[in-house]
Amino acid sequence: MNRTVNIGMSSRPLKEDELSLKETIICYDGIAVVVHSGNPINGLSLRQVADVFAGVITNWSQLGWVDRKIDAITREEGSGTRGSFEDLVMKGREIDDGIMVQDSNGSVREIVATDPYALGYISLGLVDKRVKALAADGIMPTVETIKSKKYRIVRPFLYLTNGEPPTNVKPFMDYVLKDGQRVLRKEGLIGVHD
Amino acid sequence: MRINPRVIDTAVKIGLNGQAFFTVAILVVIVAVIFVKGCPYVNLGFLFSSPEDMGRHGGIFSAIIGTAFLCFLSIVFATPLGVGTAIFLTEYTKESIFTKMIRFGVESLAGIPSILYGLFGFIFFVIKLKMGWSVLAGVLTMTIMILPTIIRTSEEAIKAVPRNLRIVSYSLSATRWETVTKVVIPSAAPGILTGIMLSVGRAVGETAAVIFTMGSSLRVPTSLMDSGRTMAVHFYILAREGISMENAYATALVLVLSILFINVIAYYIMNRVISRYS
Amino acid sequence: MTKKPFTKENVVKWVLTAFALSSLLFLFLIFAFILVEGLPLFLKIGLKKIIFGFKWAPTKGYFGIFPMIVSSFLVTFGALIIGAPLGLSCAIYLSEYSGKKLKMFLKPALELLAGIPSVVYGFLGVIYIVPLVREYLGGSGFSLLATSIILGVMILPTVISISFDALVSVPRTYREGSFAMGATKWQTIYRVVIPSAKSGILASFILGMGRAIGETMAVIMIAGNALKIPVSILDPLRTLTGNIALELAYATGDHRQGLFSTGVVLLVIIMILNYIANFGIKRKVLK
Repeated sequence: MNRTVNIGMSSRPLKEDELSLKETIICYDGIAVVVHSGNPINGLSLRQVADVFAGVITNWSQLGWVDRKIDAITREEGSGTRGSFEDLVMKGREIDDGIMVQDSNGSVREIVATDPYALGYISLGLVDKRVKALAADGIMPTVETIKSKKYRIVRPFLYLTNGEPPTNVKPFMDYVLKDGQRVLRKEGLIGVHD
Repeated sequence: MRINPRVIDTAVKIGLNGQAFFTVAILVVIVAVIFVKGCPYVNLGFLFSSPEDMGRHGGIFSAIIGTAFLCFLSIVFATPLGVGTAIFLTEYTKESIFTKMIRFGVESLAGIPSILYGLFGFIFFVIKLKMGWSVLAGVLTMTIMILPTIIRTSEEAIKAVPRNLRIVSYSLSATRWETVTKVVIPSAAPGILTGIMLSVGRAVGETAAVIFTMGSSLRVPTSLMDSGRTMAVHFYILAREGISMENAYATALVLVLSILFINVIAYYIMNRVISRYS
Repeated sequence: MTKKPFTKENVVKWVLTAFALSSLLFLFLIFAFILVEGLPLFLKIGLKKIIFGFKWAPTKGYFGIFPMIVSSFLVTFGALIIGAPLGLSCAIYLSEYSGKKLKMFLKPALELLAGIPSVVYGFLGVIYIVPLVREYLGGSGFSLLATSIILGVMILPTVISISFDALVSVPRTYREGSFAMGATKWQTIYRVVIPSAKSGILASFILGMGRAIGETMAVIMIAGNALKIPVSILDPLRTLTGNIALELAYATGDHRQGLFSTGVVLLVIIMILNYIANFGIKRKVLK
């Protein structure tokens, strides 16, 4: 907003005091709740997930597994992923302050991939063979379920400009909205026109 | 029951021996692990190609350039400032409140943790002075960071120059500056160079201050205002996000070898000083 | 002889004076900047709510950093517990027991240990120490224990080299006098050398503390970064340095000021530690 840059990026919807900026949606991204690939659990209810992050459910035995503390990981304050997670899953409940924090999707995935008792949330596009995405309320997060609006934990990726994009920026944005969509889909994101 | 002091003596000797051995073992293990896991992936191709696909493939060429760019320029700025300060403190003034204040400034700067340099550099250079994430912001921050080390080591080196040399020079009616430049500095040069090399070593491994000022762009920085990454930053990102364990170990190896190499040079220079004066 | 103010000598003197003043200038700049950016929040929210507040949720208006202050100290003491005895032992070994050849080998080894970047320590800690803690002791492994271990190793070079300097500067006559009275080597070290080198050794511990409390990269990789005060050594924690590093990139407005406030507190703590350490070294020199 102080015109330091031409375009800014956001991975969460704008807040009220930011609405003076013009937002252009370039794609959508699902947020997947993930566990270690060896974890026998395949799905949880959104309520359970929120309970874990609120500190109400702390042991895997409460979810039907072994008697072991849940190593939950969240993103840091200020993260767009966390903001969307808080809006769509926590729904106003606060994330417990005993929960571990990492400052990137990649590092959350790393920990979940190596700690058998971990549970975290990451961008769907970053899910790979080393972690297992859980079904939320019975729906698996995939590109199809997001397109068909069955999986609802989705947030928009935005380009933000101060008013109409300036002439040197507009061609870039046009590219992203047309041919660039191919690149976005390759990374596991959902195109804006889908 | 009193234990024979000789027995205690031997026991202590074994205990201390063991602990020293343990400490060295830690070092050996660290270096060995990095070596063994990184070696297979370090080759000329790795060193000369840039990272591709966010670092999953490709080499670390751009990071090497970024590191070199940052460290070289930081030394260029910090050396005159640092050596000049050291000369001032030793040759041009007597101990006074003024010098005490300056030393206090230097010591305090030395104690500031790198994240605070990162915090300062980010908000001051990158944002307020609108440099953006750039080599320049990184250089300015890094210069201040290594300044205390250069001042300290230069001062020691200059102080170690025997007084006789100066006295002889003055008796030949050389001015103070002539004495400094033609007599003192050349004698102190090895010690000063050691200090510079040590600073470079530190700058190469520095991450917190660099990532917030120079940024982490994957491209080769070609101008001062370009962002770029250093090997340490690249390693941090690779390791932390699990992008590529192989490349992480390989980068770590190159990083540690570079620092080892720099330390060896510094040590070699230092040895020349010792042999010259003993 | 006429006085010419712009002689080469004078110009040189002014330039060098300016260079020397630059250190003070930079220090002032950094201090002032961090203070200026951090102070408003202290005034707005109140010193007590920040330093003694238990809740850190800056986007919702909570700026309590007390858990992080405690955690920073816990991790520092943990590092000392691991690094100080081991470091002092090595220093004693180096100064009292090792011959020249061994010294030639150990000193560069020490410098290499000191030269390894903190991110490498953090990485190795995550790959090797964290899983060990998790499998044999429990918890996620990202813990006070793991962090203390890695930081303990990281401060070894500091503790060893400064203690070593303190120990070797004890005059030989002290030792010889003690041997002359029939004391064994260890008795000499224990009752004569160490007490004489006391302030230097203490200074090395305090400087080690300063290093540990200022460490960032290794800590955010290993400590887990949870906001609660750890109740057991297996619990995760967040330090003051970690707080700044984790949230700096995305913080705006009050949130960012909160990070500066964290920086102010960190700065004050480090300055106090440095002052104590330097005071200790000066006392040694005066002796």
